[in-house]
Amino acid sequence: MNRRVTPWPLVGPATLMFFGLVVVPLTLTVILSFHGYNHTTGIENRFTLTHYQAILSDSYFLGIFWRTLRIAALTTVICAAIGVPEAYVLARMRDPWRSVFLLVIIGPLLVSVVVRAFGWSMLLGSTGLVNQAFMAVGLPTTRLLYTETAIVIALVHVMLPFMVIPVWTSLQKLDPAVEAAALTLGASPFTTLRRIVLPQVTMGMLSGSLIVFGLSASAFAIPGLLGGRRLKMAATLVYDEYMHELNWPLGATIAILVLVANLVIMLAYNHAVEARMRRTMG
Amino acid sequence: MLKNGPVSLLFHSLVVGFVLAPLVVICLVAFTPENTLSMPKFLTPWNGFSLRWFRAIFEHPDFTASFWNSLLLATLSASIAVALSVPAALAIDRMEFPGRASLNALFLSPLIIPHLVLGVAFLRLFALIGATGSFPWLVASHVIIITPYVLRLVLAALSGFDRSIEAAALTLGAGPGTVFRRVTAPMILPGITGGWLLAFINSFDELTMSIFVTSPQTVTLPVRMYMYATESIDPMMAAVSALMIALTAIAMLVLDRAFGLDKILVGQK
Repeated sequence: MNRRVTPWPLVGPATLMFFGLVVVPLTLTVILSFHGYNHTTGIENRFTLTHYQAILSDSYFLGIFWRTLRIAALTTVICAAIGVPEAYVLARMRDPWRSVFLLVIIGPLLVSVVVRAFGWSMLLGSTGLVNQAFMAVGLPTTRLLYTETAIVIALVHVMLPFMVIPVWTSLQKLDPAVEAAALTLGASPFTTLRRIVLPQVTMGMLSGSLIVFGLSASAFAIPGLLGGRRLKMAATLVYDEYMHELNWPLGATIAILVLVANLVIMLAYNHAVEARMRRTMG
Repeated sequence: MLKNGPVSLLFHSLVVGFVLAPLVVICLVAFTPENTLSMPKFLTPWNGFSLRWFRAIFEHPDFTASFWNSLLLATLSASIAVALSVPAALAIDRMEFPGRASLNALFLSPLIIPHLVLGVAFLRLFALIGATGSFPWLVASHVIIITPYVLRLVLAALSGFDRSIEAAALTLGAGPGTVFRRVTAPMILPGITGGWLLAFINSFDELTMSIFVTSPQTVTLPVRMYMYATESIDPMMAAVSALMIALTAIAMLVLDRAFGLDKILVGQK
């Protein structure tokens, strides 16, 4: 419509802001990761690959990366196992229950992660409700807080809405009459679920998994509060390097590796999902 | 429509229990009269009720200062994000120009860059330009991470309405300014308001990026709570958390009444 009008008065301010505060700082951080570091003199102005070499060869860092991947993958699988059926159950409810429970499931998204992590630290502590429940049924109390189990439980709690939302959205596109038709035509409930509902849900589940995995792999508050000082994940490691070790170049290197890993996994995953889509369509 | 069987409903109750458990525990512990973080005893009667830990919050000036700081930060950054997003969305939706797709990608990129990475990137920039701990730059960093939320909602609102109404107004002699003010703006207002609120909440709750760029003078409430929780755990933390839950619940109800929370969070249909 307004082909003659220049867009720059409209997009200019945002472009300037995003260039100055996204492109520039990220570039500076990449440059910083190639700077040297000395414990007495601080950041040195010379080009070096030491930080990349150190991280990729040190078993301490590799261990933390491996733990981060493992926890993020486990969280994703559990979120899918809980979130997909839950979205399906929600979709089969009637209003008002449907809206109420949709709110209950996705509402916690708006509650600060610090609050939710704190809630879990009270539930999982040595005298917390979970251990009290264990005792009540005669089980021995278990150390849960400051374990990977605690991190995964709390991450699943935080990430669940990100799985339910896309699955719910894809279920909205499924006409309930199709399901009813399959049943009328003699398909068993299991077959209906497998042949009608599951294909519809798959795309939602795949995009939900991508979000959950990415956010879990870079999660900070949950491992910070529920993993304690020793059980680090990538994000808490970066924080320690910056704030306690003061080794910014090393911290920057880890942050850049997290970003690159995130982007690579995201692109590869999208590529695989698209290939799959094309196969099923064609 | 198909119904849920007993197994589905049992599963559903377990999920709802799981989702609500940590929030309920916080609200129960917040009212404890004890000195320490005493767990509510399972199967035993309640050991009292007190508001002392809520009063304790107000005797901690650093918590109240952080609260006001976060409130101001979220208000300012959400408003700036709207001011940037509305014109940008208009241009992206209505105009053809080279680089349109890449600009859109740039504006939405903070959604896929981990906040941790943005945090260290801002820290480096601010250190180089001597802006560490400055409040205006903290606002700017928040604007970056919340603008995508506003932009998406405004874009959705723009693409969802009948363009011929604008054409009609133009034909009938209204100037472009009047068309925007009298036709376009009222039609996308729900998208703008919803975007502002979503941006506000995201700014108010943001921790991972802020923890890198706040100074003792500009500590936000989530950062203050995180620091406090890593050092000591007492019932005051539960009281602060309970207040946050209450505030969020109110905001959620307002959002839901006004726009439908599912529309804002789940996406537009």
